[in-house]
Amino acid sequence: MGAVDQRDSALTPSFTPEHEALQSLVRRFAQEKIKPIAEQFDESGEFPLETIREMGRLGLMGIEVPEEYGGAGMDTLAYVLTMIEVAKADASHSTILSVNNSLYCHALMAFGTEEQKQQFLVPVASGEKIGAYSLTEPMSGSDAATMSSRAVLSDDGTHYVINGRKSWVTSGPVADVMILFTMTEPERGNKGITAFLIDASQPGLKRGKKEPKLGIRASATSEILYEDYRVPVANVLGKVGEGFRIAMQVLDAGRIGIASQALGIAEAAYEAALEYARIRRAFGSPIGQFQMIQQKIADMRTRIEASRQLIYHAVLAKARAKQTGGRYTTEASMAKLFASETAAFVTDEALQIHGGMGYSKELPLERYYRDARITRIYEGTSEIQRMVIARSELGLR
Amino acid sequence: MQIVTFTRSTPDTAARVEVGSDGKITWGGASTVVNPWDEYALEEAIVQAKNIGGKATVIAIGPEMHSEALKHSLAMGLDEAVRIEDPALDPVDGLSYAAAAAAAVNKLEDVKLVLFGKEAVDVGTDQHTVMIARKLGFPLLTSVSKILAIDTAAGTIQVERTLEGGKQVVTSSLPVVISVTKEINEPRYPSFIGIRKASKATIPVWSLADLGVSLPVRRTVVNAYSNLPPRSVEVEMIDGEPAVQAKLLVDRLLEEKVL
Repeated sequence: MGAVDQRDSALTPSFTPEHEALQSLVRRFAQEKIKPIAEQFDESGEFPLETIREMGRLGLMGIEVPEEYGGAGMDTLAYVLTMIEVAKADASHSTILSVNNSLYCHALMAFGTEEQKQQFLVPVASGEKIGAYSLTEPMSGSDAATMSSRAVLSDDGTHYVINGRKSWVTSGPVADVMILFTMTEPERGNKGITAFLIDASQPGLKRGKKEPKLGIRASATSEILYEDYRVPVANVLGKVGEGFRIAMQVLDAGRIGIASQALGIAEAAYEAALEYARIRRAFGSPIGQFQMIQQKIADMRTRIEASRQLIYHAVLAKARAKQTGGRYTTEASMAKLFASETAAFVTDEALQIHGGMGYSKELPLERYYRDARITRIYEGTSEIQRMVIARSELGLR
Repeated sequence: MQIVTFTRSTPDTAARVEVGSDGKITWGGASTVVNPWDEYALEEAIVQAKNIGGKATVIAIGPEMHSEALKHSLAMGLDEAVRIEDPALDPVDGLSYAAAAAAAVNKLEDVKLVLFGKEAVDVGTDQHTVMIARKLGFPLLTSVSKILAIDTAAGTIQVERTLEGGKQVVTSSLPVVISVTKEINEPRYPSFIGIRKASKATIPVWSLADLGVSLPVRRTVVNAYSNLPPRSVEVEMIDGEPAVQAKLLVDRLLEEKVL
């Protein structure tokens, strides 16, 4: 049992009055401004620019970024609480929030130079611009070494020329700036990947077709095509060949965000099911009095609370890693794995409790069910999370 | 120049408010919110203070729980907050509230505008706005739905009031007491940075001695509160074919004098 972590002195992160005030602000904003438009944007698949801009003004787009770089200067717990509340109102909004915060801003905070932070972090953390993170290609996901896009250094050594096709870029249709992972030395595999800061307004970058998706439809996703796109060498994030390490390290933070998103979706579905089980009557009594419904309610609630504790566990691990310079990969993967599987379970059971009403678009249950599905796929599938956890436990690669 | 507005923490409007077994009013463990009507006054104070290049100050009268409303106000962007607490103000009636509030306005410098929300949502009263105007000797404009212009040089303000049958445009001299309706603006949400600043702020507490005011003699005293008797509802199912059901329903409604 040596691998079981006993180092935490506290079992949950400490809530300050500030966290409580933030949580109630986000809850109110999400319920008043996001929830009423969720159905409409799910239907149209449009990017909800207006509410995202307002979230930027409130400080939600750079929660953990220090104030001097345009952020709110808060911690990971504040980010987690925000993600849960936003996801409860609409998962699509929380996807956009998560990419901006834990992938884009986090990468720049961890690896950006001062100049890069001024140019690429400040406008995104303050909500003026929208950021994206671009690793996946049509035939390459977590096996990043197989990517086929290329960046070639110009003869005079001043810039790289990028060619290739990236897919599944969250906020791709509207992003102003992106972190792009592409191959600079294909023969070196994972060690040949480099991260670049991309200004989407420059020539050579084309936004492909918007992806028609099952869920999180308002989090517009598209391909990005690079055709002789020229990026100055000053825009290399971190070092040349360090891209894969950056991508993976950033995903640790991202996975805590997706776990929180999954928890938010699950909570929304659970609360709807709880209410319905109380008021819907069948065979002369509320359906909540039937044991088979009670079993569902008990299991849903228990898994939701277990997810929350795993997320808090990962938040503490991240805070500790910040002190020691270590990683929190396993903790983040466990939280993401369990919370996303829980979201799938809870949205399915909540829909089942609603019966035919749950299957109808009259209620948001079917949307929760569709939205939850992605959390088991992106930022590493459940299978990848299990692989990450097991490899770390076994020490085998 | 200064704009002053008043606020209070009230039970969340979704909370279940009732009289507890000890005879006191309770709303369970539900949190408090800024009196929803005050949010419009707070927003207007921020906007108008910026317009005239002055300062916006918010005041709450009552115990510690009202600090929450003040912190929310600071997080929205009010410049300063003050809380007034004194044993003599517990419990507080409209006239005592007005006496303390007017004294607080007089203690502040160069106040041009005193803003109130339409009413306090918990106690359902707006009489204090009238009383404060009287105590200050300022004109009172109620139901203001728009501030059209403030001319500090000429010492005038022009507003639009919403009346039952339509609108009225009024010009008044400054300083003035105004109560606003929810048509006046869309209150902003506080930002994360606003909340962080507000949570670090120390809010000064003034006593009646600090204000140099003594309260008027209380003429009315609340003796007791009680809950409404529970509503008894009877449900009667009418059986039969639709045509028969309709006839029986109409007969019953006529019998009960509903129709």
